[in-house]
Amino acid sequence: MLPQHLRTLAGLGAGVSAEVTLEVGAPVTMRTVLDALEARFPMLRGTIREYGTGQRRAFLRFFACEEDWSHEGMDKELPGAVAEGREPLLIIGAIAGG
Amino acid sequence: MSKVRVLVGTKKGAFILSADGKRDKWEVSGPFFAGWEIYHVKGSAVDPNRLYASQSSGWFGQMIQRSDDGGTTWAPVGNKFAYEGVPGTHQWYDGTAHPWEFKRVWHLEPGLSDADTVYAGVEDAALFKSADGGATWEELAGLRGHGSGPHWQPGAGGMCLHTIILDPSNAERMYIAISAAGAFRTDDGGKAWKPINKGLVSNTIPDPTAEVGHCVHHVAMHKARPDVLYMQKHWDIMRSDNAGDNWHEVSGNLPTDFGFVIDVHAHEPETLYVVPIKSDSEHFVPDGKLRVYRSRTGGNEWEALTKGLPQKDCYVNVLRDAMAVDSLDECGVYFGTSGGQVYASADAGDNWTPIVRDLPAVLSVEVQTLA
Repeated sequence: MLPQHLRTLAGLGAGVSAEVTLEVGAPVTMRTVLDALEARFPMLRGTIREYGTGQRRAFLRFFACEEDWSHEGMDKELPGAVAEGREPLLIIGAIAGG
Repeated sequence: MSKVRVLVGTKKGAFILSADGKRDKWEVSGPFFAGWEIYHVKGSAVDPNRLYASQSSGWFGQMIQRSDDGGTTWAPVGNKFAYEGVPGTHQWYDGTAHPWEFKRVWHLEPGLSDADTVYAGVEDAALFKSADGGATWEELAGLRGHGSGPHWQPGAGGMCLHTIILDPSNAERMYIAISAAGAFRTDDGGKAWKPINKGLVSNTIPDPTAEVGHCVHHVAMHKARPDVLYMQKHWDIMRSDNAGDNWHEVSGNLPTDFGFVIDVHAHEPETLYVVPIKSDSEHFVPDGKLRVYRSRTGGNEWEALTKGLPQKDCYVNVLRDAMAVDSLDECGVYFGTSGGQVYASADAGDNWTPIVRDLPAVLSVEVQTLA
């Protein structure tokens, strides 16, 4: 699931579902999911992961199966329920700013 | 009949304000990129339908948007700004070494002979160039490689390269300005750069006449006289008559010489506009009065322009890229405020009217004069 601004940027429209379905080969990790997302929506490059370091941008968090995956590393396999498409992977913007 | 198109960047999106040559009835379109900070929007002089916009966010980083139809539709283009080589360090606020880190694009300057060429001034300060309409960006690394980079320091707004001026008479010459490093010039298309800060005096830095370290807020040039430059420094209005080699102060009778914007009349190279701001600790106009000051003598002698502008209880700021002039026979002048107003004068500043009063805080104003 993507934040509204990224859905708009990807041309998905602000009013549509926040959910994007991706085909990702094993292993299903944050890195492979984001690689697949950016391949489908190249305009999202640099908006979730920093160019250069490839690390998560500071004001974004990742959640899967009600757990915070923000600090789990990019190459840890995501829960099976996410890999199998039964549960969403959530990319959430921090509630901050003015 | 001629038209004008005013391109406004704000803290929460971009707006396009359009009018015919009379400039008395306006259409407002937007917000474009709603919710994002739009530091700058500028059109190409080669193809007026080609616009570039800098779109950024603390959450999602930097985007560059491009329009090929005058702002009706937009598409994201390249947003990868990678410093060339090992970026090295500059000074942090406390004087310690701090690694160069890309944060955002402050200013986009389309090329004068090719609509696909565009320059980007970024924070942390560097200059990038795209020759493919913004799809890819390459740093003009000779600027940071000049040697003084480790001594550059951020101003309160960050260490930004905010001004890019292309010399219309010499394709190899370009000027840029950085807060707080100063002004620089290249005479070889961006390969080598030299600081051009001789004559600047900044009493808030250890060496007030240092080669670099000055907080230059903005620089303006008239295209008919490209060797004459005007500068709004942190404090002081400065003028150079030799392409920046030497500067002298022309603040004259201004009520305060702190400010951000400076611009030049489209047809009168000695007519300048500034908006004095009270001080560097109080970023609003003095005495609750919004006054544009005009000099018809290239500086030193200034008159307050107040007709149509609020003259009581007004405490707005006007940021460095938030003033522009059109090139109609009677020169139009435009500026935007931190309070979300965009004011226009269709008679070179004698009379002002607000085009809009309630936009988000205005970061930048540019204008296109269309046939």
